[in-house]
Amino acid sequence: MAHAAVVSRVYGIMAEFDSPEALIEAARRTRVEGYRRFDCYTPFPIHGLTDAMGVREAKVPWTVFICGLIGALFGFGLQVYTSAIDYPLNVGGRDFISWPYFIPITFECMVLFAAFGAFIGMLAYNGLPAPYHPVFNVPQFVRASVDRFFLCIEARDPKFDPERTRTFLQSLNPISISEVEA
Amino acid sequence: MQEAIRARVVQEPPLFEGEQTYERITAQIGDIPFEKHPIGWTVMFGLGFVGTTLLIFALVVLVAIGTGIWGINQPVAWGFAIINFVWWIGIGHAGTLISAILLLMRQAWRMSINRFAEAMTIFAVMCAGLFPLFHTGRPWVAYWLFPLPNWLAMWPQFRSPLEWDVFAVSTYFTVSVLFWYMGLIPDLAAVRDRAKSHLAKVISGILSWGWRNSAIHWMRYESAYLLLAGLSTPLVLSVHSVVSLDFAISIVPGWHVTIFPPYFVAGAIYSGFAMVLTLVIPFRILYPKLREYITMHHIDMMAKVMLATGLIVFYGYMMEAFFGFYSAAIFEKYLMTNRMFGPYWPVYWSLIFCNGLVPQSLWFPKVRHNLWLLFIISLIVNVGMWLERFVIVVTSLHRDFTPSAWGMYGPTFWDWATYIGTLGFFVMMMFLFARFVPMLAMAELKDLWYRLYGHGGEHNGHPKTEAPAPTRTGGGA
Repeated sequence: MAHAAVVSRVYGIMAEFDSPEALIEAARRTRVEGYRRFDCYTPFPIHGLTDAMGVREAKVPWTVFICGLIGALFGFGLQVYTSAIDYPLNVGGRDFISWPYFIPITFECMVLFAAFGAFIGMLAYNGLPAPYHPVFNVPQFVRASVDRFFLCIEARDPKFDPERTRTFLQSLNPISISEVEA
Repeated sequence: MQEAIRARVVQEPPLFEGEQTYERITAQIGDIPFEKHPIGWTVMFGLGFVGTTLLIFALVVLVAIGTGIWGINQPVAWGFAIINFVWWIGIGHAGTLISAILLLMRQAWRMSINRFAEAMTIFAVMCAGLFPLFHTGRPWVAYWLFPLPNWLAMWPQFRSPLEWDVFAVSTYFTVSVLFWYMGLIPDLAAVRDRAKSHLAKVISGILSWGWRNSAIHWMRYESAYLLLAGLSTPLVLSVHSVVSLDFAISIVPGWHVTIFPPYFVAGAIYSGFAMVLTLVIPFRILYPKLREYITMHHIDMMAKVMLATGLIVFYGYMMEAFFGFYSAAIFEKYLMTNRMFGPYWPVYWSLIFCNGLVPQSLWFPKVRHNLWLLFIISLIVNVGMWLERFVIVVTSLHRDFTPSAWGMYGPTFWDWATYIGTLGFFVMMMFLFARFVPMLAMAELKDLWYRLYGHGGEHNGHPKTEAPAPTRTGGGA
């Protein structure tokens, strides 16, 4: 196997661990070692793992907030436009913009838009749907949804080097190490 | 926080029956869609299917002939359609309470019943939506309820609580589906990884959107999940409040009461928990392995919530009676007298029996731990809550201000057929759900097990597989 040929077809190198604690420690050391392009794979969310990986973001909450705001404005604006501008209708002598009556629908629109923001935002930032992903080429990876904990250092990391990265992962004492084909 | 949960829960009765491993949790729940289903499943699905057929038949006849086939007329124009609408919506509320409010309150016992209860919510809201839709008499123009630009230059009346209902219920349904489906994505990915047949792999693969359990994905997922819970909490309170405003904003005696919104919400949660128990107890018999995750502790907690909300509801009944007599308004006073001693007196006193007396037995731990008794009590509560809506809708309308406009209301065969039909549809959908979808939230259960008992070294795992293979290359090759 020619070395260069392999490198060009590699997505990364993956190490398998059997406990969340081992994975958190491995993620911390990978970060300290200077790797930035790596990800962990776990059957359930593990608290403290993203901190150990040094990942921090609040894109989803901001998206939800902005969507909620748009929803509320849309809901209120819709009622004002239809009841006061497009077809002003005198109902029992009330103001055309009888705002207390518009609150329930404003609220419902806010929740509806914010919920879509949360759902679609989560999928979009995660790059889903993803019909194909290289990590699934590793046969053991089916257990990422059952009981195993994986860490994959990706080839696009500037520090990635097939030999040295493998040796480093070896020092983390994993159950197994596999090369991930792209 | 992890320590706090552990400390609190370990002293309580167990949330899991028997020793679990991540592998065991995944296999027990994730394999149900691939296993041969029990005979009881076929029987119940069959019954549900027959009911659904009845529903379709009843609706076809309704559309062909008109709402005249129902018992509704002046003065009681609402009848079964609105009774059943409110009843079904209320049942749905327990699902959202369990999935959202108990999540925010960090109640660990919600984990094993949330998926189930959310499915119940969705199907209950589907049943609920049918009633006002067909009660309009012309369901094919139901889109008039939405603010769509049209050549009549006509807009919905946004100052009406009935229009608020359209927005509240459709938002509630949409958000419930999103919440439920988002919780399912990681579990469908686990099913995909277990599936043996190509077809099952493809279907679960598509439905799980290529989820790969990435830690960064989990972070965004958890954040979105928590926010959805935070959004659903005020939403669920708003939905039944808006439903209650359908009544309370009018000036009909017995409806024009300020206590309605909180009293309706409590009643909704009360009836919803009764329905969860009505479903969970037979499902534990049909699928014995569920007993490892839905333990007697869960059942006990649900019974306690039922008792607590039942007391609030009963307080509501007492306040209604008090308002009626204290108001010194002749129509309000007559309404209460008529409710208790008028032509519908058996309904009112059955309601007090079902919702006021029977739940008091839940004070006794012996009753809460007797599944047969609890099942019967939950059925009685379901009936009681239905009677409550009957009392509210019918007794207020049938004798209001002018005796010359008084009348009586009674359901017809088609009223019953539609109602029983939705019950069948609900049962059918629940059993289809049990057949094809992981019934419990596997990832959340694994997370809970980990937080309660820790990874626990060997007890959780499998003997370490044959050592690291340092020279191994090319994963899939």
